[in-house]
Amino acid sequence: MKKTNKTVLSAVVSGVIAATMACGAQAATDGQVKLGVLADMGGTYADICGKGCVTATKMAIEDFGGNVLDKPIEIVSADSQLKPDIASAIARKWVEDQGVDAIGGLVSSAVSGAVSKVNADTKNITLISGSASNTFTTKTCNPYNVHWTYNVVALANGTVKPMVQAGKKKWFFITADYSFGHALEGMASKVINENGGEVLGHVRAPLGTTDFSSYILQAQASGADVVALANAGNDTVNALKAASEFGLTEQMDVAGLLVFTPNAQAMDPASAGGMRLTSGFYWDMDKETRDWSKRFEQRHGEIPSMIHAGVYSVTTHYLNAVKAAGTDESDVVMKKMKEMKPNDFFARNATLRPDGRMVHDMLYVEIKKQEERKDKNDIYKIIKVISGDEAYSPMQPQCNFS
Amino acid sequence: MNNMKINLFLLALALIAPTVLYPVFLAKVLCFALFACAFNLLLGFAGLLSFGHAAFLGTGGYVTGYLMVNSGLTPELAIIVGTLAGALLGAVFGKLAVKREGIYFAMVTLALAQLVFFFYLQAPFTNGEDGLQGVPRGALFGLIDLSDNLVMYYFVLTIFIAGYWLINRTVHSPFGQVLKAIRENEDRATSLGYDVNQYKWLAFVISAALAALAGSTKTLVFELASLTDVHWHMSGEVILMTLVGGVGTIFGPVLGAGFIVTMQNYLSGGELGNYIHIIMGAVFVVCVLSFRSGIVGQLMKFKRNNF
Repeated sequence: MKKTNKTVLSAVVSGVIAATMACGAQAATDGQVKLGVLADMGGTYADICGKGCVTATKMAIEDFGGNVLDKPIEIVSADSQLKPDIASAIARKWVEDQGVDAIGGLVSSAVSGAVSKVNADTKNITLISGSASNTFTTKTCNPYNVHWTYNVVALANGTVKPMVQAGKKKWFFITADYSFGHALEGMASKVINENGGEVLGHVRAPLGTTDFSSYILQAQASGADVVALANAGNDTVNALKAASEFGLTEQMDVAGLLVFTPNAQAMDPASAGGMRLTSGFYWDMDKETRDWSKRFEQRHGEIPSMIHAGVYSVTTHYLNAVKAAGTDESDVVMKKMKEMKPNDFFARNATLRPDGRMVHDMLYVEIKKQEERKDKNDIYKIIKVISGDEAYSPMQPQCNFS
Repeated sequence: MNNMKINLFLLALALIAPTVLYPVFLAKVLCFALFACAFNLLLGFAGLLSFGHAAFLGTGGYVTGYLMVNSGLTPELAIIVGTLAGALLGAVFGKLAVKREGIYFAMVTLALAQLVFFFYLQAPFTNGEDGLQGVPRGALFGLIDLSDNLVMYYFVLTIFIAGYWLINRTVHSPFGQVLKAIRENEDRATSLGYDVNQYKWLAFVISAALAALAGSTKTLVFELASLTDVHWHMSGEVILMTLVGGVGTIFGPVLGAGFIVTMQNYLSGGELGNYIHIIMGAVFVVCVLSFRSGIVGQLMKFKRNNF
C-alpha cells in the first residue's frame, strides 16, 4: 500500500514541475490581430449596442479587406450582461488566454471601467464606443484607453447649456444609479450652475427600472422648469412613457440627456416631438452617412445608432493604425492611432487626443413631431453642428500620454 | 485507504490542471466549489436550506476588496478579516434564523440577505452597480507576488484544500454526527439531551465563514467585488450547484460547481448566450426529476449496486 502512495506522490511532484514549466502567459503581440466585442445582447442597452455592435465591427473588418499584417483579422464577441464582474472575467480570458489585442463595443460605463482596468494591466487597447462617462479620459485615464463617439461633457454642453441660456433655470434630475448616470448628472449640474441656473433635486433609479411612476411623481412635486433624464436606452423610453402618463410632459419640459435613435424611434412622437438633444451621429445627415447606414440597415434590420457608427469608425481607425505601424504591439499602435487623423463618414473634423479622447463634430438635433415624419426612420432634424472643441472639455495634464 | 488514493489522484489532477486549462477559470471553479461545499455543510448535513448565502459570499468579497484598496494589508490578512466579517454576520443571522424551521428558515435567511444586498447597493464605498473595481492582488506575506495567474491559482488551491479539509473534519467529528442526528430526527436529538439550536447555529456560522472565505478569495482572483455576488440569484445558483453535484456528499458540491461554472463559461461566449438561464433551468428540472441525489450520489448508488 505504501508503494502505491509513493507512485501517486511522485506523479504529484512531476505534475508540479510540469506546471511551473508551462508558466508564462500567451503574448498578444503575435502579429495576429484579434478583436473582442463586448455588448449587451439582451438587456436595457441591447438596441443601442447589442448584436448591432458585432455587425458594425464585422462590416469594418470586411471593408478593410479582412486581412492585416498578412493574416486574417479574427473577431470574438460576448454578452457582458451589463455586469462589471462578468465583463472583467471575459476580458481577462480574452486577453490572457485567447490572444485578443483590443476590446471594443463596451456599452455601460461600469462595464467599460472594469474592462479598461484589465486592459491597462495587460497592455491591451480598450476601444470604448458605447459608454458616456468622462472618467476614462480624466480620473481613470490610462495610455490604452480610446474613447470614441461621445461623452457626458459633450451631452451636457450640447443639450443643457442652450436650455439654461434660454431661461429654463430650475432643474430636477432622474438619474440612472451607476457611474454613467452620476457622471452625467454631475456634469449637467455644473453646466447649469455656471450658467445661472439651479438644481432643485434629484432621484436615482436603478439600471433597468421598468416602473418610473414614483420617480415621476417626485419630479412633478419639485416645481422645476425642466426634468432631465440622466439615463439611457430603455430607461429613457420607460421614464418618458411614465412622464406622459402622469401629464408631466404638459407641465414641464422633459430633457432626455442621452437619447439614441432606436430609443427615439420607440418613443411616442406626441410626447417626445420637439425635444432637443445632442448626438454624435445621425444616419440621415448627408450622402456618406446615408450610404453606410443603408448598408448597415440591410444587415441589421434597423438604422444605426451613434454607437454602431462609432464602433465601425473606431475599428477602422484601429486597423489602419495597425497597418501603418506594421505591428499589433499596443504601445506602437496607440502612438500611430493618435498621430493619424480619423476621417470617415462618422468622424468629421476629428482628432484623437493624447489622452485617448476622440474629439469630433457633434450634432444638436430635435426629435420630429408626427406630422413632420416621412417614415419610421425619419426621426431627427439637425438644428446645428457643434464643433468638437466647443463640445468636449480640454485635456487634463495628468492624462497626456503623448 | 481507497479514499486516500482518490484524494491524492484528485490533488495531482488539480496541480497539473493549469498546464492545460486557463488558471483564472480554474481558480473561479475552486472559489465556487468552496462556496458550494460551505452551503452543503448546512443543507446536506444539518438539513437547513439557507436562501441567503450570497450575503456571506458578498460580504467576504467587499470587506477583502475594501481592505486591499484602502488599507494596504497583505492579501492573507485581508482574506482573514473578510472571513471573520462573514462569520460575524453569520452569527447574527444564524441566531435569528435557527429559531425557525423549513420554509420559514429559508425565508428568514432570504429576507436578511436582501437587507444586506440593499446595504451594499446604497453604501458609498461599494460604488453601487460599478462594483469595487481594480482591487490589487498584492503580495502574499508581503513576499510572493500574486499578480501572476499561476501563482494565484496555487494560492486559491491551498485555500480550497484547507476549507475542504475543515468541512471534511467537521462532518466526521462528533459534532458532525450530532448534526446528522438533528437532520434525521430533531425531536430525538433533543430528547437525547442535545441543545439543537446551539448545534444548528454553530453549523450556520462555520458555513457562513467558509462562504465568506470563498468570496474573499474570488475578489482577489478577479480583482473586483460586485453586486452579483450579493444578489439572490447567487443564493439560487449555489443551491443548483449543490443539487447537481449531490446534496450531503462531501465531493458532490465540488463537481456541481465545476459543472455549472464550466457550462456558464462556454455558453456565455457562444450563440446560446441568450438562453443561458433557460438551459440552467432545464438542467435543474432534469436533475430534480430524474436523479435527485446528484452526480456523486448517483455514482455512489451505482457503485453500491454493482460492486
